[in-house]
Amino acid sequence: MFSYCIDPEVLGQFRWLSCYLTTGKHFAFYGSFATVLILLAITAPTALAFGFGGASIARSRIGPISWIGKGYIAIVRGVPDIAFFLFFVIALDQAFEFARHKVICPEWNEPIRQGSDFIVCKAAKLPLGNAPQWIHETYGFFLAVLTFAIVFGAFAANVIFGAMRAVPKAQLETAEAYGMSRRQTFWRILVPQMWVFALPGLSNLWMVLIKATPLLFLLGVEDIVYWARELGSTKNAKFTSYPHGDWRMQYFFFLLVFYLAFTKVSEVVLDRIMKRLTHGQATAGGEAQRKAAV
Amino acid sequence: MSCWETVADYAFRSIGFGERLLPRSDFTICQQATLIGSGMIWNVYFGVVALFSGFVMATVLALGKASQSFWLRKPSEWFIFLFRGSPLFIQFFFAYFLFLNLKQAVPIFSPFTAAWLGALVVLFCNTAAYSGEIFYGALLSIPRGDIEAADAYGFSGMTRFRKITWPTMLRLAWPAYTNESIFLFHATTLVFFSGFPAYQQKGDALYYANYFADKTFNPFVPYPILAGYFIMLSLIIIGFFGLMNKRLNRHLPQEERRKLRIRPNMIR
Amino acid sequence: MKKLILSTAALAISAGMAMAGSHSVVRMGTEGAYAPWNFINDAGEVDGFERELGDELCERAALTCEWVTNEWDSIIPNLVSGNYDTIIAGMSVTDERDEVIDFTMAYTPPDPSVFLAMDSGLDVTSGVIAAQTATIQAAFIANAGWSLVEFSTPEETVAAVRNGEADAVLADQSYLASFAGQDGLVLLERQEQIGGGVGMGIRESDGELREKFNAAIQSMKDDGTLNTLIEKWEVASTFQ
Repeated sequence: MFSYCIDPEVLGQFRWLSCYLTTGKHFAFYGSFATVLILLAITAPTALAFGFGGASIARSRIGPISWIGKGYIAIVRGVPDIAFFLFFVIALDQAFEFARHKVICPEWNEPIRQGSDFIVCKAAKLPLGNAPQWIHETYGFFLAVLTFAIVFGAFAANVIFGAMRAVPKAQLETAEAYGMSRRQTFWRILVPQMWVFALPGLSNLWMVLIKATPLLFLLGVEDIVYWARELGSTKNAKFTSYPHGDWRMQYFFFLLVFYLAFTKVSEVVLDRIMKRLTHGQATAGGEAQRKAAV
Repeated sequence: MSCWETVADYAFRSIGFGERLLPRSDFTICQQATLIGSGMIWNVYFGVVALFSGFVMATVLALGKASQSFWLRKPSEWFIFLFRGSPLFIQFFFAYFLFLNLKQAVPIFSPFTAAWLGALVVLFCNTAAYSGEIFYGALLSIPRGDIEAADAYGFSGMTRFRKITWPTMLRLAWPAYTNESIFLFHATTLVFFSGFPAYQQKGDALYYANYFADKTFNPFVPYPILAGYFIMLSLIIIGFFGLMNKRLNRHLPQEERRKLRIRPNMIR
Repeated sequence: MKKLILSTAALAISAGMAMAGSHSVVRMGTEGAYAPWNFINDAGEVDGFERELGDELCERAALTCEWVTNEWDSIIPNLVSGNYDTIIAGMSVTDERDEVIDFTMAYTPPDPSVFLAMDSGLDVTSGVIAAQTATIQAAFIANAGWSLVEFSTPEETVAAVRNGEADAVLADQSYLASFAGQDGLVLLERQEQIGGGVGMGIRESDGELREKFNAAIQSMKDDGTLNTLIEKWEVASTFQ
């Protein structure tokens, strides 16, 4: 990057490091931090939407429908999340291709599974075989986001389901007494009030979500773990201008610090939001705030 | 080959007994169920040992964090923050590389680069930190009356802690602690996916499930089998912790005994 | 017989698709962690013997090519599922792999695999031998009944020997040669002849693409450019 980087072998320590840390490869590493942040930014609202949907279904008065919601919550809870990550990426991909296959190529009459191959017609491939690289990458990223959203949606559903039940019954009964319909009660009384009860659980969930982002590595996305491992591995002078030994410990230490800082910042911010939300609420937290102010 | 023979060959494959070569082709459901089940031995080993050893450490951490002394409080707070604030996946990677480097300086560390010990240490610290935080929370919510009553009866120091504080803390923390232990067992599946290598293809349940998914390119068989095993394991844990809960609450009047409900927080 | 009919049917379909402009871009899948065959250079791009070879082959076959990296242990499943169109990652041709995918003709002659260890007098039959997961070397050690320890990247296998995790590593000569003489690592005299030469992996339904690459490899063999390239990167012995 810098003009003096042409022959790194003769540089002093500081300058060598400044050149080393600005190679194209390192910029890819820095870029992957953005990947993680984008993933979080997209996944969090999506998971929340899944969670809201799941909780609403689980609250349904119709038995079978509420079982679907509860089953969704229970199964995700009972199984290690990493198994879901490994499973869903292949399963979703195959499910999409299978669905497209049924629509696009109805005349195809060979079995889809032939031994170890999963064969759909070419037009149903996702993404199409001749699509440019960025589409493939975006598709892979999209699968990862969807997988995260399904898994964390179940967690969020559980939190929101609990929060909906925590809203005082009297509030809902009063709404009914005022002649509101079930739908009106849900949207006007229940939903606005439940957020306070859901926030502690949701902020906990946010922390868990942050800590789950390294699993992107297992989904085949070139994330920070991939680059840390690649950059940290021993570099031979034959193939690089910056030979070095096994630096994986240092790189992973950096990742560790990054995550610690990230969770710390989140903690502080979420604390502030909680303070603001509990202000004036008829909860223990709100009561404590009122007393402190007096 | 009958299923019975497969079980005889592979039931203890994950710890090195039985048939040496893993199945290569013509995979049967029986082979998958047997090998994945065999891998569960590792998950149970990691979970049980980390849970029991971590329990002691968690109590110490909780007391440390609740302590008045700066020198006891700060280290406990930092320990808990370090392990709760960073992803377990990264901790595994980092610990493996750390042990590799330590090993070169101090030979005592050489067994630590193997999963059975190195990963166990990480899981131990992890569960100690999470449970420590749970116990700390419980410690703070012990009714003041209980402690005052203990004082009135002339309990003090170690006796008060052993007979009053500690049991009450456990009773209050138990539902959350049950939750934590279920997640600890889930976390054991990460071991062979991070830095720690698998020797002689001896891995845990997920290692084999992934092996079959890669070979057959069909995730719909091995992962549901794995899920089935884990749901069974979770039910066993819930049952076991339920029994303990009964014992912890046995002195309370019938209607005040809380049934163990692990519904509320499903995340740690 | 049934299989034969199926594959002809698949061939006919893929030929039909080719008319419709399939493979306007050929995606080349590689690992990017196996110098000098393929690795990520300082600029973050795929580099090495196979990068140069692949670009040359694509030019000769008049194809537009794109490079993609993928973890080694899932490199075959991802080819089969269509995430890329070829595997060009130092992959030896074996019967087991040939059942799942097809190979072009080999672009390097079959070379023996070698052991790299800290102790030149090591008895490999009793030591712990490291190999990369899902390689011919790993299968060889498992079959021989020796103590195998698997790692997911080639780099980790060598690091394991350096750290004393394993007593030796078994891999291609060209890969291990660059490590010999550093940190006390030595190549053992014992060598193992496993697998055929290295070829490009291509989906079984993609016969036409395979023929294009076969023709390009043959032309590079004929005019000697392939041998020059092999010598330049020191990846293998040359074709006679």
